[in-house]
Amino acid sequence: MTDTTEAVRRASTRTIRVEVSRYRPGEDAEPVFQEYEVPLMADWAVLDGLNYIKDRLDGSLSFRWSCRMGVCGSCGMNVNGEPRLTCGTFLSEYGEGPVRIEPLKGFPVIRDLVVDIDDFLAKLSSVRPWLIREGEEPPLTAEYAQTPEQLEAYKQYSMCINCLLCYSACPVYVLDPDFLGPAAIALAQRYNLDSRDMGDRFDVLNLEDSVWGCTFVGECTSACPKHVDPAEAIQRYKLTAALRSVLPWSRR
Amino acid sequence: MKTRDEVTPGGYRPRRDAFWFARSRAYTVFVLRELTSVFVAWTVVFLLLLVDAVLGGSLPEFAALAARPWMIALNVLALAATCFHAITFLNLAPRATVVRLDGYRLPAWLIQGGNHSLWLAVSAVVAFFVLRGFQ
Amino acid sequence: MRRTPEPYLWLLFSGGGVVAALLLPVLVLLFGVLMPLGVVDWPAAEHLRALLDSPPVRVALVVVVVLCLFHAAHRVRHTSEELFGIARFDVVIALLCYGGAVAGGVVAAVLMV
Repeated sequence: MTDTTEAVRRASTRTIRVEVSRYRPGEDAEPVFQEYEVPLMADWAVLDGLNYIKDRLDGSLSFRWSCRMGVCGSCGMNVNGEPRLTCGTFLSEYGEGPVRIEPLKGFPVIRDLVVDIDDFLAKLSSVRPWLIREGEEPPLTAEYAQTPEQLEAYKQYSMCINCLLCYSACPVYVLDPDFLGPAAIALAQRYNLDSRDMGDRFDVLNLEDSVWGCTFVGECTSACPKHVDPAEAIQRYKLTAALRSVLPWSRR
Repeated sequence: MKTRDEVTPGGYRPRRDAFWFARSRAYTVFVLRELTSVFVAWTVVFLLLLVDAVLGGSLPEFAALAARPWMIALNVLALAATCFHAITFLNLAPRATVVRLDGYRLPAWLIQGGNHSLWLAVSAVVAFFVLRGFQ
Repeated sequence: MRRTPEPYLWLLFSGGGVVAALLLPVLVLLFGVLMPLGVVDWPAAEHLRALLDSPPVRVALVVVVVLCLFHAAHRVRHTSEELFGIARFDVVIALLCYGGAVAGGVVAAVLMV
């Protein structure tokens, strides 16, 4: 804490204006912007700016964060209109500012920058995102060896950290929250394409509000901080599902 | 342990943004890409009119109609739209069709290059038959 | 399991997208722009007639028309719903769009017979 104070005092008198969306249930009828002046430190991410506000300027500000290294996926917010991980987005990217920070689009706002992700969690579990095995009870020490090719087939989709930036970037989801959405479908594909998986997710994916709701805007892929490419996962499953519908005997 | 259902749903949900397509360049390009389909439909109508004129022996009248300035303007737009459609559609194709050779994925640029080469070849063949054919 | 027509509609949309991409630009360039502008001469009516007289060309034309119209119908359906927020009328919009494509296909088939 004293480190920060020292650094801020010594570093500069330069500051950047941060406009933060505030929503206090029972107090605000709708979100309003509140402005703060934050020291513009070269190595500060937007999240550091928010923590500075919370620690020094306004303890009532609410937001989610945890790892500060782009792994936990909890600090996703809309920064100047774009969904970003605030721990991986530097204040200096925005020059003289101001930087406008809003909660992720497409989700109900609980308070300030905190959104309700229950809808996503329900969608995620609906695609059965785990390895499904049938007809065996192997010992806990059993190994399932995979070749590098088998690993490569799904590895990209396994990088998802459930940060929800792709949902916020997707106009289809923002306009119609019934859409199953990019990350859930990409994670379904992560298991579909895994050589160890014996499950079938056709029933949850071959639906109007699932892969067929996607119109291939492609912004989920641009927003993804982990290069998962959900847009590709969805288009690939469209082809799979279409071929399975036309050729009933083909399983994958 | 608290179950998820006890959490009251709700919170603030903003109204539908009527101008969402203007909020980012990518959204606008997406909508323009989708709207090329209107010109695809128009081009098909135009070609059906042409076929009708050829079969009905009224090609000169059709040629006169096609030469009107507004018709030329419309078809220049249709040309731009169908080209934009062709470029975007052929570029996006490798995202749905993952071709695997020897266990590894064929790179996207190879499929895209193949698609665009095919586009050029088909265009050349069509132009050859329309303009000359085997005399 | 719930049946959905979406996979079939998507296949028609995709097939139409490929066909439209490969064929339409050159056709509209020739007949819609270069010939009307006088850059390229109109081919003789007999020449075009001879092209259309071959049965494979006729069948191909009907297929091309149907696929391209289904492609357009699919995109117009989804885009109109997204642009105007009228997804709750999806069934009506879908019937109008795909119905139009079917009608266009019938017109093409009648012309070709």
